Amino acid sequence: MATFIAIVLAAVLTQNFITERTYGICPFLGVSKKTSSAVGMGAAVTVVMAIATAVTYPLYEYVMVPLGIDFLEIIFFIFIIAALVQMIEQVIKRISPSLYSAMGIYLPLITTNCAVLGVCELVIGDMSSIIGETAAAAMNTGWAVLYAVFAGLGFTLVMVIMSGLRERLNNYGDMPRSLKGFPIAMVTAGIISMAFVVFSYIQV
Amino acid sequence: MNKYAKITLDGLIFQNPTFMLVLGTCPTLGMISSASSSLGMGLTVVVILTLSNMLISALRKVIPNEVRIPAYILVIATLVTLARMVLEKFLPDLYDSLGSFLALIVVNCIILGRAEAFASKHTVVESAVDGVATGFGFTFAITIMGIICEFLGAGTIFGAHIMDFKIGAFTEPAGKFIVYGLSIAVFTCIMNAVERLNRERKYQPLTRESLVKEAI
Repeated sequence: MATFIAIVLAAVLTQNFITERTYGICPFLGVSKKTSSAVGMGAAVTVVMAIATAVTYPLYEYVMVPLGIDFLEIIFFIFIIAALVQMIEQVIKRISPSLYSAMGIYLPLITTNCAVLGVCELVIGDMSSIIGETAAAAMNTGWAVLYAVFAGLGFTLVMVIMSGLRERLNNYGDMPRSLKGFPIAMVTAGIISMAFVVFSYIQV
Repeated sequence: MNKYAKITLDGLIFQNPTFMLVLGTCPTLGMISSASSSLGMGLTVVVILTLSNMLISALRKVIPNEVRIPAYILVIATLVTLARMVLEKFLPDLYDSLGSFLALIVVNCIILGRAEAFASKHTVVESAVDGVATGFGFTFAITIMGIICEFLGAGTIFGAHIMDFKIGAFTEPAGKFIVYGLSIAVFTCIMNAVERLNRERKYQPLTRESLVKEAI
């Protein structure tokens, strides 16, 4: 149970992908102009991260390491992620055309999202790379997928906070011309990141 | 202006991947807490980008249009795997400081972006020039930000002690986000000012009065 709480807190708050690890910044800045698209992107990334980890972790641990081909991890992982994104796209298209059209543009972009490859690379390290030196349990597929799901939710949380702030900035913001667009978004992200530093005081 | 000079200037300044296009933000934000790791990241990207541009340009007539993105990713992933092995063996310090961001070069939008936008349509030599120029544009941008963050956050530059006063936030993601945002703003501001000056110089000589007017 302690491991469960430690993983959830690390993934969502203390080691949040955007504010602490700075993974997945491109979609974070590109798709956070409206709250509705931010939620869609966050949900899609969370699903892809969970499925990708559920496939790549067992593959790495039970196939690639015994065969001694673990040095090929980057090539294998990126192809699994690309194939998964394609498959998920097809499945969503068949099951729910309305959801597909709602997030159609963002789906193919997830392949080149560092957050997805980042989580696959993180979980094949040991537990201490995720929740720090106090790790009690060993890494296994269950913990890896749990971490991926909550890291995705943490990503979604910051995306939604950011999109709310940016909607306000667009409506009421009066700022120098050269600050418009990316610069002010970066500064806003910096302030969100400062707020998240508070969570580093959490001790599990 | 000949075409190589144009490609070089585009890569370094007018289409600078970090400041103008805002691509490859994750490695940038991950690395700029220290000047030497930013420089190391930049030079690694220069090598990988040049090689991938040349390979993709050489293969552009062979790769079928429908599967070009997976083919590009395969080329880039192979190069990154090789770079990782070489760095781990010969430059272990740099390998440690790049950490997980070395593997994430695969999904760096700059490299895939140049493959799709430039290398797939130009000759091998032009693509190589573009790779070097864009890579150095990236290196120049993140090294400058690395120097700023390291100076403010740790009081050192390239590890050399400068001052005792330091603001720890600048080596944390919060400060890095703010430095990156303000650097883009300053760069855009300079580009706009230069463009305006150029436009005005066409019909009036540049004098002290006109510069003061420009500044106001």
